Amino acid sequence: MKTLVIAEHDNASLKGATLNAVAAAQALGGDIDVLIAGADCGGAAGAAAQIPGVGKVICADNAAYEHQLAENISLLVAEIGADYDNLLAASTANGKNFMPRVAALLDVGQISDILSVESADTFTRPIYAGNVIATVQSTDAKKVITVRTTAFDAVPAEGGAATIENCDAVLEAGVSKFIREEVAVSDRPELTAASVVISGGRGMQNGDNFSLLEGIADKLNAAIGASRAAVDAGFVPNDYQVGQTGKIVAPDLYIAVGISGAIQHLAGMKDSKVIVAINKDEDAPIFQVADYGLVADLFEALPALEAAI
Amino acid sequence: MKALVAVKRVVDYNVKVRAKADGSDVDLNNVKMAINPFCEIAVEEAVRLKEAGTVSEIVAVSVGASGCQEQIRTALALGADRGIHVDVEGRVEPLSVAKLLKAVVEQESPDLVIMGKQSIDGDNNQTGQMLGALTGMGQGTFASEVKVGEGSVEVVREVDGGLQTISLTLPAIVTTDLRLNEPRYASLPNIMKAKKKPLETFTPEQLSVELKNHVTQSSVAPPPERAAGIKVEDVAQLVDKLKNEAKVIS
Repeated sequence: MKTLVIAEHDNASLKGATLNAVAAAQALGGDIDVLIAGADCGGAAGAAAQIPGVGKVICADNAAYEHQLAENISLLVAEIGADYDNLLAASTANGKNFMPRVAALLDVGQISDILSVESADTFTRPIYAGNVIATVQSTDAKKVITVRTTAFDAVPAEGGAATIENCDAVLEAGVSKFIREEVAVSDRPELTAASVVISGGRGMQNGDNFSLLEGIADKLNAAIGASRAAVDAGFVPNDYQVGQTGKIVAPDLYIAVGISGAIQHLAGMKDSKVIVAINKDEDAPIFQVADYGLVADLFEALPALEAAI
Repeated sequence: MKALVAVKRVVDYNVKVRAKADGSDVDLNNVKMAINPFCEIAVEEAVRLKEAGTVSEIVAVSVGASGCQEQIRTALALGADRGIHVDVEGRVEPLSVAKLLKAVVEQESPDLVIMGKQSIDGDNNQTGQMLGALTGMGQGTFASEVKVGEGSVEVVREVDGGLQTISLTLPAIVTTDLRLNEPRYASLPNIMKAKKKPLETFTPEQLSVELKNHVTQSSVAPPPERAAGIKVEDVAQLVDKLKNEAKVIS
């Protein structure tokens, strides 16, 4: 059995999500190759070659792949994928964007967001915002799968020595063009990779009050997140959103502040190891999933917490 | 220009869906059904484009059993001009929906296809992209802003860490994210008017689409339960528990 993992990267370096996808590939067993599609992506290819257990890194280095446009990447993956039994990618915004296109080009179904590998053709995945876990079986000979990164522990980033093979195929659909990107610059760890996350909800009342979370985040080296209610209210940008349709996180410690705990939010954080909830409404549903609940006014509790840690 | 909007009938987002005790499937007896929230945003976007004079006709399409005509009527009440129902019983996989939508696209030749990024039942997030591959159209997924230009559309996409703007040649597909717009409520007169708007029904055979299952669901189960936690008295006790019991901070 041969599995191709399509890497998540920014051309210069490999993103952590790739290591989770490789872990899922290992659970499937067999040979694992990694595809780096990008432009000037030698750095990412070099990093992928260091992952233990990877046999070969295929590096498709061309301007057509620079911005991961789904129309182009999917054509490439479908072509290279002809030689593989399984095609895997992390279920990131990027993986979600191009993988279904690959599946349709190959006329196979896609299994989205797998949580576990039960056998070569059987997987579990969340449905209904994670309120139900479905066991699903693929009847396709070739499987196209996206991997929920929080469900698979990352493999080590170093220790391997895979060969790097260049791929010259230039597949350009010619229907899409990259215009620009606005990426938030932050000194904090990335939300999906942080070991501590502190999130604010509607109870924060406004965007300025998120500064109350910053001091605590600094001390705990935490990422800052938010509920959909806080994002919708315009307190913070969209990329803070944790939940069913936002980011899925599973840190060692998740602190939910002023978040009531709608099922859509719980879907994004309930696999965290330890959950702390701070809310003045003692009946808030967030307390049902919290290991430690503090019924308190957040405007008093947060400064006290910052001082105490 | 013409816009095709796909809508899906799903369990209302306020319903907490549970697995049946025997694990055979989810329990959907007597639960409230509604239009998928992302599809509602798609309809709203099309209606705004029509109000702005960019779009001249909006066709709402839904794939599913006869019940989904209700959601097509909702779309018509919100401002779509006519409806197409593709009548299919049971669970329809994203690839099958994409193939049926492709047939509708060939019939209607829309300039813009707008649909939700995912449905809140299956949480697959596949259909728009698959339709893109099958028709060769470009895709602007997870859209938070759509600007239609001459022969092209600029889409601002919500990606990990920020926003990406791309330009697509028309015809193109847009899948909606939550912040694209805030859908309106249908007024009573518009709900009444929607009942008179045309709605055609097709079978997969009439559209010459053969459906095949690629994924079977063998069982469902509730997610692992979290053990009940405790309430702490104050911040001092919280910090003590985090340091000494959970050992997640030092």
